[in-house]
Amino acid sequence: MNWEVGSGLNIASVLIVVIVIAAMLIWVERRLLGFWQDRLGPNRVGPFGLLQVVADMIKIFTKEDWVPPFSDRFSFVLAPGIIMIVILMSFSVIPFAPGVGVINSNIAVLFVLAMASLGAYSVMLGGLSSNNKYALLGSLRAAAQMVSYEVFMGISLLGVVALAGSFNLREIVVAQENGWFIVPQFVGFVIFLIAGVAESHRLPFDIPEAEQEICAGYHTEYSGMKFGMFFVGEYLGLVLISSLITVLFFGGWHGPLLPPIVWFVIKAAIFIAFFILLRAAIPRPRYDQLMTYGWLFLLPLSLLNLLITGALILL
Amino acid sequence: MISLFYVAAIVAVIASMLVIIQVNVVHALIYLVLSLLAIAVVFFSLGAPFVAVLEAIVYAGAIMVLFLFVVMMLNLGHASRQQERVWLATSGWLLPSLLAGVLFWGVVSSLPSIDLSVSVIGAREVSIRLFGPYVLAVELASFLLLAGLVSAYHIAKR
Amino acid sequence: MSTLIKKSLFAKLLALVKDTLTSQVVSLWKVFRHLWVATDTVQYPEQQPYMFPRWRGRIILTRDPEGEERCVACNLCAVACPVDCIALQKTEDEAGRWYPEFFRINFSRCIMCGFCEEACPTNAIQLTPDFEMAEYKRQDMVWEKEDLLISGTGKYHESNFYRVSGKAIKGKDKGEARNESSPVDVRSLLP
Repeated sequence: MNWEVGSGLNIASVLIVVIVIAAMLIWVERRLLGFWQDRLGPNRVGPFGLLQVVADMIKIFTKEDWVPPFSDRFSFVLAPGIIMIVILMSFSVIPFAPGVGVINSNIAVLFVLAMASLGAYSVMLGGLSSNNKYALLGSLRAAAQMVSYEVFMGISLLGVVALAGSFNLREIVVAQENGWFIVPQFVGFVIFLIAGVAESHRLPFDIPEAEQEICAGYHTEYSGMKFGMFFVGEYLGLVLISSLITVLFFGGWHGPLLPPIVWFVIKAAIFIAFFILLRAAIPRPRYDQLMTYGWLFLLPLSLLNLLITGALILL
Repeated sequence: MISLFYVAAIVAVIASMLVIIQVNVVHALIYLVLSLLAIAVVFFSLGAPFVAVLEAIVYAGAIMVLFLFVVMMLNLGHASRQQERVWLATSGWLLPSLLAGVLFWGVVSSLPSIDLSVSVIGAREVSIRLFGPYVLAVELASFLLLAGLVSAYHIAKR
Repeated sequence: MSTLIKKSLFAKLLALVKDTLTSQVVSLWKVFRHLWVATDTVQYPEQQPYMFPRWRGRIILTRDPEGEERCVACNLCAVACPVDCIALQKTEDEAGRWYPEFFRINFSRCIMCGFCEEACPTNAIQLTPDFEMAEYKRQDMVWEKEDLLISGTGKYHESNFYRVSGKAIKGKDKGEARNESSPVDVRSLLP
């Protein structure tokens, strides 16, 4: 079998860098949101507030790790682990640069989709096991949202897969050497962007955890590091979606002058910043609006996009 | 790869048995997901990565999520667990599992030993087969799905 | 009929795209531009915010221009106080002036409403723009007269109760106050 697995050093560095970046994003997001709202954001701990992450980590580790006595303990403990594992597994197929990456897999795109669909369990089990009305409402919303947006996410990717002729993310990047897929697949890109936001349930699509309506949604009962895992998992999802957009539509590591890994990081960082901007600017839609928009607009559009792409390839 | 196959197969069998003996339906569903994922690994280790991932996406990722969704709506509490305990009385499962054991032994002892040297069947091969010799089956399946879609639409309209 | 549905669907689609461009994308751009707008944050402990003179903060007891206590222990502030955080007791000195024997404000109860200041007939009790009153112990929030009393006149420099009132004290007899005529001698027939 042709599975190229990276060296131990490669795996360890990808794991550590990804987790550190996800943790740092907590600070980056608060700082950027601050600037976009004419504030400063956290700037007290360390230079520019950089050590805010460390302070947050200390706080979250030393907090009481409370499992509610009315909860279903088994699924309550399992839920936050699932999201971390699932998203970190997804990173294993992302090609960061030539020679940097964990697995060179022929089914990478499908693997990411599979992991994303398993991520729904984390949210659902978390809400269901909490035995709490708000948590249950949150996880009901999350289940409906994630299951429906997975569909468009998968279909919007198929245009890129058809153009590159491979499910292998590394080959998809190589196929973009002479032109990024954003040009022929602009519609697919927009759908993937929207579905990606919904899939990682970030604002404006954070309907499962809408604070103003249902407390904190599915993680209402979570505290301490279990909450921290949901929290970091959300940022890991943000990094994952940004990396995927970079790989699938923006030519991955391709770029002039600078080394490939730098190009990848720059492109991914732009998308992370864009997602934070989305959070700062766009209000949350209603739950039924989200579902209607998905099924009645995005699904036909993505199918049409796939149809036209396939027809053009065949011609 | 062959050791991966055995590990995954054992996990799948144990998880499937746990699905049956769980009294809490949510736990049973979690074990069912685990079982399906283990079967996906079995497919993978036998050289069918495409099928393996589709198994994970479709069964573990979509269908079981809907199962869990329904369970959430049903609001099963203590009473249903009590009911499950009653159903799991020893007299209920002893004879059927004896019978199943005998059948299992018969099936296992009659299996021909086959060579597990794997050749990878990727997405391309599967697609060529699906839209080549098996195109009729694909079309029939799509009819079925269309019928399901139309009836779902009809029910949702009401 | 079918053309109508098609048209309305198409119109809906067009409206959605137009909305997305004119509403969502424009608001994204407008928020993005705030990256270059100066922040409104005041970096508090290093950089003090401007406090308006009429801000209702820490309560003080003031003295009149002669340096004597303004408070005449009338208890109006204690009555006006909605949370009953003021306690005082009246006493008199040999000059005939009234003043509080003790004057106690429990700042852990005080809601800085300023009713005491409004009730005070002698401008003695006043609220200041100071708000940094945090303490580690609750008991330290109870301020006595020596903590409250300042040596100045506070916000009202001219106000001097005994110089406008008819009350006789040592050094100022009846009729000697500002704008006050001498008392009429009812036993005399002279005009």
